[in-house]
Amino acid sequence: MPQDPAERRVVVTAPPRTVRRTSGYYRPRTEIDELTTLGHTYVRSLMRSQLRAALTVGGVLLLLVGPLPLVFAAAADGRLQWTVLGFGLYVPLVLLARWYVRRAERNEHDFVRLVEDR
Amino acid sequence: MTPTVNSGYAVPAVALVVVATVLVGAFGLRMSRTTSDFYVASRTVGPRLNATAISGEYLSAASFLGIAGLVLVQGPDMLWYPVGYTAGYLVLLLFVAAPLRRSGAYTLPDFAEARLASQAVRRLAGAFVVGVGWLYLMPQLQGAGLTLSVLTGAPDWLGGVIVAVVVVATVAAGGMRSITFVQAFQYWLKLTALLVPALFLVLAWQHDGADRRLLDEPAAFREQRAVRVDETLDLRLERPLDVTVTGTVDGDRYRGEPVRLPAGPHRVQGGTELVFAQGDPVPVADRGADDGMSDSLTASREQRPLYATYGLIVATFLGTMGLPHVVVRFYTSPHGVAARRTTVVVLGLIGAFYLLPPVYGALGRLYAPELALTGDADAAVLLLPDRMIGGLGGDLLGALVAGGAFAAFLSTASGLTMAVAGVLTQDVLPSRGVRHFRLGTVLAMAVPLAAGALVGGLPVADAVGLAFAVSASSFCPLLVLGIWWRRLTPPGAAAGMLVGGGSALVAVAATMVGRPTDGQAGGLHALLAWPALWSVPLSFLTMVLVSLATPGKVPPGTSAILARFHLPEELVGGQVRGAVPEIDARADAWRRVGDA
Repeated sequence: MPQDPAERRVVVTAPPRTVRRTSGYYRPRTEIDELTTLGHTYVRSLMRSQLRAALTVGGVLLLLVGPLPLVFAAAADGRLQWTVLGFGLYVPLVLLARWYVRRAERNEHDFVRLVEDR
Repeated sequence: MTPTVNSGYAVPAVALVVVATVLVGAFGLRMSRTTSDFYVASRTVGPRLNATAISGEYLSAASFLGIAGLVLVQGPDMLWYPVGYTAGYLVLLLFVAAPLRRSGAYTLPDFAEARLASQAVRRLAGAFVVGVGWLYLMPQLQGAGLTLSVLTGAPDWLGGVIVAVVVVATVAAGGMRSITFVQAFQYWLKLTALLVPALFLVLAWQHDGADRRLLDEPAAFREQRAVRVDETLDLRLERPLDVTVTGTVDGDRYRGEPVRLPAGPHRVQGGTELVFAQGDPVPVADRGADDGMSDSLTASREQRPLYATYGLIVATFLGTMGLPHVVVRFYTSPHGVAARRTTVVVLGLIGAFYLLPPVYGALGRLYAPELALTGDADAAVLLLPDRMIGGLGGDLLGALVAGGAFAAFLSTASGLTMAVAGVLTQDVLPSRGVRHFRLGTVLAMAVPLAAGALVGGLPVADAVGLAFAVSASSFCPLLVLGIWWRRLTPPGAAAGMLVGGGSALVAVAATMVGRPTDGQAGGLHALLAWPALWSVPLSFLTMVLVSLATPGKVPPGTSAILARFHLPEELVGGQVRGAVPEIDARADAWRRVGDA
């Protein structure tokens, strides 16, 4: 659990990047495990990139779906509504989901590489 | 009298589904030994099997019967329901899926406690889980009653009792592991039961000359048809209508005389027969709190269609993540990455299923338009095979659909019972262990069964809509802010859930009690009947403002917990596990009880 953050911080400003590689234990990783200030910064950066991915896909969903009721109300023809709602939306939803999962997994992969310094 | 289909094949089909469910459940029982098996299937369920189980659990009576009925009565606007049920999973995936799995929480109260370290918030979340679960269970039992009475003319309560008994038996005996198998099995059963008859129905429609009027607005009679009105109903005509009446309309008696009814409301006495000519538009019954899943809130939709549509979109898109049986399922994924992948498969599976109900709705408008008038629109899926194909083929297809409908009630009801019983066992009943879980199961099912019997005529779609609206206004802000916002405090979370979820609950309850009469303030009624559009922002706002006002109450372990939510498992490796000691201790306690 958290130790004195100030003390930790001093150690980390000059991470021994290559020296301890053989031990299999790297600096940023320890920072995260012990949740020092630097560890918090790492976690925050991951959260920010994940939130950005979620908000991007969520925004696309909003743009895709949001105007539809207005469009249907404007177009008096019911067939458009039948086609779009009955058949048209499911494939885009699945594609959006796959796009998001790929982005989220890449974010995590990049993050793991960063903290393990590979 | 409710229209019946030939029960010679349908009753055996329903019996077969029930027996198969019990057998698959018993198969699971043999494999479920310890308590951790019992609850979470030891987290060994793979993404595909888990996704199929989630889909099987999610596709309820409202999906199987309700959507087609709603589309038949109210037209394509109602297709927002299946779209919302599916898109709700996308929103869940974006903001909740992986962190929720990594939180290690089994139920929403577990999540609330892990994140906020507050027993009060935990208990509040538990109360909402039980409330939403019971609201969602009631329509399943009512749908079962409707199906059985359509099939056999049995009393309305019988189907609900059968479903209740089977579900309590499977859940109490096998726990989660058997439920996983049962649910996965029932997804394929439901898909088959809707897909195969749909193919034949579309062939029959093409054989009939592929009448393209099935998408026209409003639905019209394609041939002269006599409709017998069994119970007194009110009609609202947009234009004058010529019909031949035998019976009593607006207090006047007729004997097979042609009558011109002016535009406006009309009262048709029970027992009256109306003969409509070819091409007449189908009038829509203007009913209040009556039976059936399809005729709810019609009045408010007509008064505020756009507002109602957006209210429906918000409730379904954001409400899915808070449904108790959905959340529990994520715990069975081995890790966060699997939870995400599982959700994508779920989107594909339920999206494929939802292509089918609109087909039934559209064909129903063409071949059984009078169902909109007699209020049995939910029976459309069950009746169409007989109506369009007839003979032995129609009977067999009708039996297949009936079996699928029962699978729908059984699977959703099991998932909900599991979730509600979990909360009851952990938070309400005194000591823990498998025996108390069984007691919790009985309790979880008994209350909605009794409530359904007492309230009786509560419109089913209202109950489902209420469940989504309450879930969207209480759990969605809790989950989203809890996962992404460091400054959330226990008082903020409690206030947001109470204000948002509570006001949504009160609003919809008020519309159910006070049905709108002619000329009543339509805007206010629509606001209350579709609360999500204002109650969700209200809940978020309350949570944020109260949290900002109580900065000293941010739980001390927040950073460690958020790290646990978001870090990939390969980095954590048990290090941050201690961040949520209460939850880990509980999981250990379950394990010890099981090993003993």
